[in-house]
Amino acid sequence: MKFSHEILETNAGILLIGTMIAISIGGLVEITPLFLIKDTVEDVPGVRPYTPLESRGRDIFVREGCYTCHSQMIRPFRDEQLRYGHYSLAAESKYDHPFQWGSKRTGPDLARVGGKYSNEWHVQHLNQPTSVVPESVMPNYPWLAKTPLDYSDVADRLRALRTVGVPYSASEAEYQANVKQFGAEVANTLRIDKAQENLVAQAQAGNYDGDRSFVSEADALIAYLQVLGTMVDFSKVKPEDLVKYR
Amino acid sequence: MAENAQTQGPQTTGHVWDETLQEFNNPLPNWWIWGFYATIVFAITYWLIYPSWPIGKSFLPGVFGKIEYTNSEGQTETWHWNTRAKLLKETEEAAALQKPYFDKLASLPYDKISKDPELSSFVVSAGKPLFADNCAACHQSGGGGKIGSYPNLTDDNWIYGGTYDKIQETITKGRHGYMPPFAEALDPAQIEELANYVLSLSGEKADPAKAALGNQLFHSHTAACFYCHGNDAKGRQDIGSANLTDKVWLWANVPGASDQAGKVAEVEKVITGGLNRGVMPTWEGRLKPEQIKLLTVYVHELGGGK
Ligand code: HEC
Ligand code: HEC
Repeated sequence: MKFSHEILETNAGILLIGTMIAISIGGLVEITPLFLIKDTVEDVPGVRPYTPLESRGRDIFVREGCYTCHSQMIRPFRDEQLRYGHYSLAAESKYDHPFQWGSKRTGPDLARVGGKYSNEWHVQHLNQPTSVVPESVMPNYPWLAKTPLDYSDVADRLRALRTVGVPYSASEAEYQANVKQFGAEVANTLRIDKAQENLVAQAQAGNYDGDRSFVSEADALIAYLQVLGTMVDFSKVKPEDLVKYR
Repeated sequence: MAENAQTQGPQTTGHVWDETLQEFNNPLPNWWIWGFYATIVFAITYWLIYPSWPIGKSFLPGVFGKIEYTNSEGQTETWHWNTRAKLLKETEEAAALQKPYFDKLASLPYDKISKDPELSSFVVSAGKPLFADNCAACHQSGGGGKIGSYPNLTDDNWIYGGTYDKIQETITKGRHGYMPPFAEALDPAQIEELANYVLSLSGEKADPAKAALGNQLFHSHTAACFYCHGNDAKGRQDIGSANLTDKVWLWANVPGASDQAGKVAEVEKVITGGLNRGVMPTWEGRLKPEQIKLLTVYVHELGGGK
């Protein structure tokens, strides 16, 4: 049988398969090389997966839709570097599933907000942004500090992240591998069997929302915000080395 | 029209639907064809300048768009065009333009900087955006602060000291003021007496009898306020304990209270609960030493530098 346009145009099924093949070629050509090319993810020390508390804070960030107004991606432009700090590295979001790069900046970029403000400031700001930044258009989130954090399923959440490649440890061997890669202190926070215990301990020690009587959603969210962009020590990274990862 | 289409048989694709519905196969207009060729030429030129096609584990880096920058050893390096190389080059160029000012800033002692008109105007113009990006969220845009949370930087009242060196130390290392809660060590009556004494220190109205008892407590080892605030209650700048004898309040919102009972309650709240909220973040690492020096001068010149 001779191939002709008419076959495609008059058979919906064949048209569908043909369309899918055509689109996949485009996709494969663009995506496959990124898996092969060696210099996409920078080799920098310090990046670690989130602790259970930070990870739950990240869930709340996503739940509240913070990404609709805040990006977490400092682009390599001079104006952005001056305002927000060092440009974001691919390595810094390698444990983010899904990443929170975002594309809309109604508010400022948050990729390096960690350590910039105090916990107290974050509590005031989340509760009522205009109390500290009078010109802010960000909505109030007064329920965060009042709502107890549901962390009953935190181990399951870490297990889910583990299946997509985040090195939370489910066995002694994985724990030992983490000790080697991240050091004992961090490796301990990545243990799935101790997830709840670690979460509560960090919230107690950090006292992020200034109220130790219960672990609130604000505790988790602030713990997450305070770690953003702080893992890589840029005084130990040469700028020209990062240039070569592109 | 329909008639016409049928007589031009050879110019259709040959597909017929619903008995008479045919598809024309007219040649594309010339302007469109040439536009299409132009995009192909554009693409090839683009591949030659910018990184493009993947080849195995590497990619075609582009041949014409090289970028030259200086590496941390001071040698000149060339790399294919990319935004990071471009940024590094632009940052170096901008730094070279600002270098004379920053060099002068670094070499001159603090008290000479404000006397140099050119340098002073550089401090104001470069300090303003730095302050807005990093400090204004707490100390507010003009540096006026916020009673109950963030100190005013425009007055000549300093918790940790208003000399250049102290301000630089504050910005570099950060500060964290701490006063223990007295809810358990003292009973409510004692706290009320202390509050009256504290109010009397700055000339506020206070119950004289209670203030006298408060005075004793303040200097006793039971309450031990004098350990931190000093015998004269003027505070110690090394630990950032507030001067209680002036009219400047940071934590107890005495000026905001509407009546005498409200003023007493504000001071009582501080004594009962203590203070642990005064956290000024550390800027070492986030800001470069020369930026910190610049901000130090900026803050000093905001009003009340000593
Ligand atoms: C997260 C909020 C926050 C940010 C951001 C912040 N500060 Fe502060 N700052 C404070 C607090 C709170 C204090 C008072 C600390 C205390 O009393 O314990 C303070 C104190 C100070 C003091 C000492 C004032 C005195 O009377 O001795 C100076 C100077 C100062 N800040 C300058 C800056 C500069 C410059 C920046 C920007 C680089 C900055 N601050 C950013 C919260 C902040
Ligand atoms: C361990 C040291 C310490 C002791 C003891 C202490 N204070 Fe304080 N106090 C501080 C510090 C530090 C601050 C300022 C906190 C800051 O700026 O973050 C402060 C602030 C205050 C303020 C707030 C002033 C303002 O501007 O709003 C009052 C009032 C006060 N103290 C009263 C007392 C009284 C009364 C006692 C005794 C019962 C006492 N303090 C004991 C360290 C101490």
